Amino acid sequence: MTLAAATPPPIELDPSTWLDRYGDALFRYAVARVRNETVAEDMVQETLLAALSSADTFKGGSTEKTWLIGILRHKILDYFRKSTRERQLQRDWSDLSNDLDRDFDEHGSWKAPVSDWATPEESLVQGEFWEVFDGCLDKLPEKLRTPFTLRELEGLDSEVLVETLNISTKNNLWVILSRARQSMRRCLQTQWFEQE
Amino acid sequence: MLSCKKVAQLASESLDRSLTWRETFSMRLHLLACKLCSRYVRQLKFLERACARVDEAYSESGAGLTEDARERIRDRLSQNR
Repeated sequence: MTLAAATPPPIELDPSTWLDRYGDALFRYAVARVRNETVAEDMVQETLLAALSSADTFKGGSTEKTWLIGILRHKILDYFRKSTRERQLQRDWSDLSNDLDRDFDEHGSWKAPVSDWATPEESLVQGEFWEVFDGCLDKLPEKLRTPFTLRELEGLDSEVLVETLNISTKNNLWVILSRARQSMRRCLQTQWFEQE
Repeated sequence: MLSCKKVAQLASESLDRSLTWRETFSMRLHLLACKLCSRYVRQLKFLERACARVDEAYSESGAGLTEDARERIRDRLSQNR
């Protein structure tokens, strides 16, 4: 038996169809994370260009789409790494407290009520819920949104997040993420669950 | 006894790291007695599940590149052949 017999046939990539077949999916993936259509469009383009020049590194095993999303994910991370450095987001990490402390009184007890969301899962299949969800994400201050999005949508762990976003310690990151969740929760409550 | 504010912070951190035995214990104790914090914990978990479905929801929305954007990218790609 020859080695060749055990090797799967080479997978043919078809770059000319990538834009038509995966352009929308790549664009949606990027928009959900960078929250900006112009930036997302650039990322789709850069992803396809990078894919064209490295098509010989494609190793079967994953689908074309998975491979392209993988390249896009690197672009997204690079984008945040770079924009954090450029705008020195880290200088503002400390001023997060004011607004969000209004959920609690001076003893640390709930001041604003946490209402009962009877059957939240039913919301997940409603288009209108996702419009509200999207609006809540857009309303998050960017310094909360970016860590939150990279954590919850990209699934990055604390190690990678502090490095990418230049946050001084994991403890700071965890406070930031808690603030973001607190804001999102409050927004969903007032904009959706108390509207039903 | 932990304050609600502290419990809210721990509830969030439990999604990012493993809590210590002591933290878990004091949080559970608080939750036994506190309806609002129990709701908060459930709602954060719901938020996490919702986030996991964002991509699915976006693709069902049918949003995508505009025709103009698609043309721009097509032009750019063909220059690079």
